[in-house]
Amino acid sequence: MLDVRGITVHFGDTVALDALDLSVGDDEVVCMLGASGSGKSTLLRAIAGLEPLAAGTIARDGVDLATTPPHRRDVGLMFQDHSLFPHRDVRGNVAFGLRMRRLPRDEIEARVHEVLEMVGLSGYEHRGVRQLSGGEQQRVALARALAPAPSLLLLDEPLGALDRALREELTVELKMLFDRLQIAVLLVTHDHDEAFALGDRVAVMHRGRVEQVGPPADVWRRPESELVARFLGWNVTYALGSKPSAVRPDAVTLTADGSLRGTVVSRAFRRDHFRVLIELEGSRDALDVSIRGAEPPAVGTQVGLVIDPDGVVELDR
Amino acid sequence: MDRHRVALRLRGGAGRILLFGLPLAYFGLFFAYPVGSILGRGLWPGGDLDLSPVGDVFGRDDLRGVLWFTVWQAAVSTLLTLVLAMPAAYVIARYRFRGRTLARALMTVPFVLPSVLVASAFRALGFEESLLAVLLAHAFFNYAVVVRVVGGLWTHLDPRQEEAARVLGAGPLRAFMQVTLPALRPAIAAAASIVYLFSFTSIGVILILGGSRRATLETEIYRYSFNLLDLRTGAALSIVQLLAVIALLTVMWWFGRRHCAALSLASANEITRRPTTRADRTIVAVVLASTAIFLAVPLMVLVVRSFDTPDGLGLDFYRGLGDVHAGSVLFVSPLEAIRNSVLYALATVGIAVVVGGAAAFAIARSRLGAALDLALALPLGVSAVTVGFGFLISFDEGILDLRASWAIVPIAHALIAIPFVVFVVVPVLQSVDPRMRQAAAVLGASPRAVWREIDLPIASRGMLVAAGFAFAVSLGEFGATAFVSVARPDSPTLPVVIFRLLGTQGAENFGVAMAAGAILMILATAAVLAIERVRVGEVGTF
Repeated sequence: MLDVRGITVHFGDTVALDALDLSVGDDEVVCMLGASGSGKSTLLRAIAGLEPLAAGTIARDGVDLATTPPHRRDVGLMFQDHSLFPHRDVRGNVAFGLRMRRLPRDEIEARVHEVLEMVGLSGYEHRGVRQLSGGEQQRVALARALAPAPSLLLLDEPLGALDRALREELTVELKMLFDRLQIAVLLVTHDHDEAFALGDRVAVMHRGRVEQVGPPADVWRRPESELVARFLGWNVTYALGSKPSAVRPDAVTLTADGSLRGTVVSRAFRRDHFRVLIELEGSRDALDVSIRGAEPPAVGTQVGLVIDPDGVVELDR
Repeated sequence: MDRHRVALRLRGGAGRILLFGLPLAYFGLFFAYPVGSILGRGLWPGGDLDLSPVGDVFGRDDLRGVLWFTVWQAAVSTLLTLVLAMPAAYVIARYRFRGRTLARALMTVPFVLPSVLVASAFRALGFEESLLAVLLAHAFFNYAVVVRVVGGLWTHLDPRQEEAARVLGAGPLRAFMQVTLPALRPAIAAAASIVYLFSFTSIGVILILGGSRRATLETEIYRYSFNLLDLRTGAALSIVQLLAVIALLTVMWWFGRRHCAALSLASANEITRRPTTRADRTIVAVVLASTAIFLAVPLMVLVVRSFDTPDGLGLDFYRGLGDVHAGSVLFVSPLEAIRNSVLYALATVGIAVVVGGAAAFAIARSRLGAALDLALALPLGVSAVTVGFGFLISFDEGILDLRASWAIVPIAHALIAIPFVVFVVVPVLQSVDPRMRQAAAVLGASPRAVWREIDLPIASRGMLVAAGFAFAVSLGEFGATAFVSVARPDSPTLPVVIFRLLGTQGAENFGVAMAAGAILMILATAAVLAIERVRVGEVGTF
């Protein structure tokens, strides 16, 4: 069990982490979702012991880690840019953590073989890491972090630099790997699909704080703040009542009549749906609406809107 | 950035004390102490401090003239070197062609040759004593500094910035002046400082090519201290020289600190290209050809003269290398001097790699290191005469009686080789991504293991390059060697023997000197080629 309580990290005058709380259970996968600059990477680095804390505690199974240097924390960290050792081959990179633990030679060989097989790189032992493709480097970095069998795995944008098709393929592989390994995983990403697909819980981060945390379905269905709603791509409008409301783009249907009316301002084709921006009558708000199936009305058309109540959340903040 | 210093903060203190202590002790004992002694003798004559000789340097017309000539000849030499070498820096940095490595290695050879030999080659070429000869010899010598320092940055400069300027409507010249030149400024400033320093303190070139009327601070220090035995004036001139050098190094260090900060750098592999268009080929061909003429002709003349015996072309002078010339000032044959030179060079490599390596680690890892960097560079710019003379009068008693020891030569050479080790190794260490160390730490490596597993392997190739430079520097060193070997005339180095041969009448002696010079050239070329083979990518100033 990892327990993070009120940790704060400063870089000069900037606050990278602001009294952040978080816990990760023993075989739980938690995904931190946030825009760049929200402090996600700093959180991982702080847990690994690479950033000095200005305040707060990080504890593993009730033991405070404040005085434990990085090399005794028993975490696996996969860096955003992989940070593979350029002067070692694949085997040398994967075996590194095992050598540091002074395991016997044959055990190291067996484990390297096992982990490389796990990430689908059997037979790559003696390749130089510079000759590998981005996806292969990513796998080596993962294998290197996994090799010493850490009880907590920290992954910083593990699929960050890869192209879309590869990301989707590897997301599935990662999911299967996490299920099989049964270890605690803390993963940070800016990609919604990745976070919702992989996490047992998803935490939305903003400016060094956790804005909202919960099971993926809850976070996606019930954004608690305007900030989270906007980050997840919901509309926030003041036109539906006294309080601001969040409206899911796919909860809106266009009709000829309807009490709520507006004008189509722009439309864009998005593979399996259209995105249509509609300016509401008697309000300065516009709604971003996703339309499936039929061709949406042309720009300038007056339309009526019907909103599914299931896709509307009243926001308190 | 502070957060990248975490691994450092965790490091134990003992190793750090050693890293700082070893170079500081070496510098203190073998540089500050002898130089201090010589300055002390001049300025504390009866035990009282008397700074009036320093004032006299500025008060006496003749010395003011010397100071002025030293300053402006160095400035003109620097400008000439930059103008001549920048095209070659460009071609080496931006084009990939067969023989590129060899070309760069050969451009470096003049830099490691002893100044007396270079000056003799210019004399053999038909140059009389003249200002032009001095300036050209300085440019010949320092060509490699510009090619390596400026080319080193240029080869990493992202060409897309210049391309962006072109697309925005700047002509080629304008794009170069507005985008590339400002980006190169730190490297040009660094190269100019180094060239200025070497031209400011050069002695062999001035003595042989300058003629009796052209004196610099360095030649005057030599004349006052040795010929006129006027230590006070000698010391005063040394102080003036030292102050000028410190001022220059401070400026250089300041520029160096701002290096890389705002530059967009890319891997050299993405930047160099094959000369495919006609214009490209012409540029490469013209620049390489003119470089070859400028650098190779003096060296070729040297080689040709070594075969040009009174009885036609032959190997007589090379056979003469094995002879001890009866009744001459030589105490050993040139062949034995070659053996001495190689042994001294190997010892220099040992000292310079250990002391300079420790210094490089200290400098790369600490803010205080910058001061150490500055201190260790001082011997490069301080009069070899002062250092050599200081050695003679300081190390003459007790356990420090080194005058008769063979170690005195490599100890003096290492003073000059250590700054090169630092120049080469520090950028390599600084190029180690701090996240690499952090990745190792998270995988369970203790700070010592991080050092052993990450820093050391990456630095080791830099160390090999540094060793090559230390070897070449030792082979070519003349100024300090000439003085410290006064006490040991029976085991001179090759440059000293060449100098003695040149100073002895007779065509035979000149020919043998040229033959010895040709052999020195081959040794230096071998060392430089070895350096090119093990260079770590393009990292490092040299």
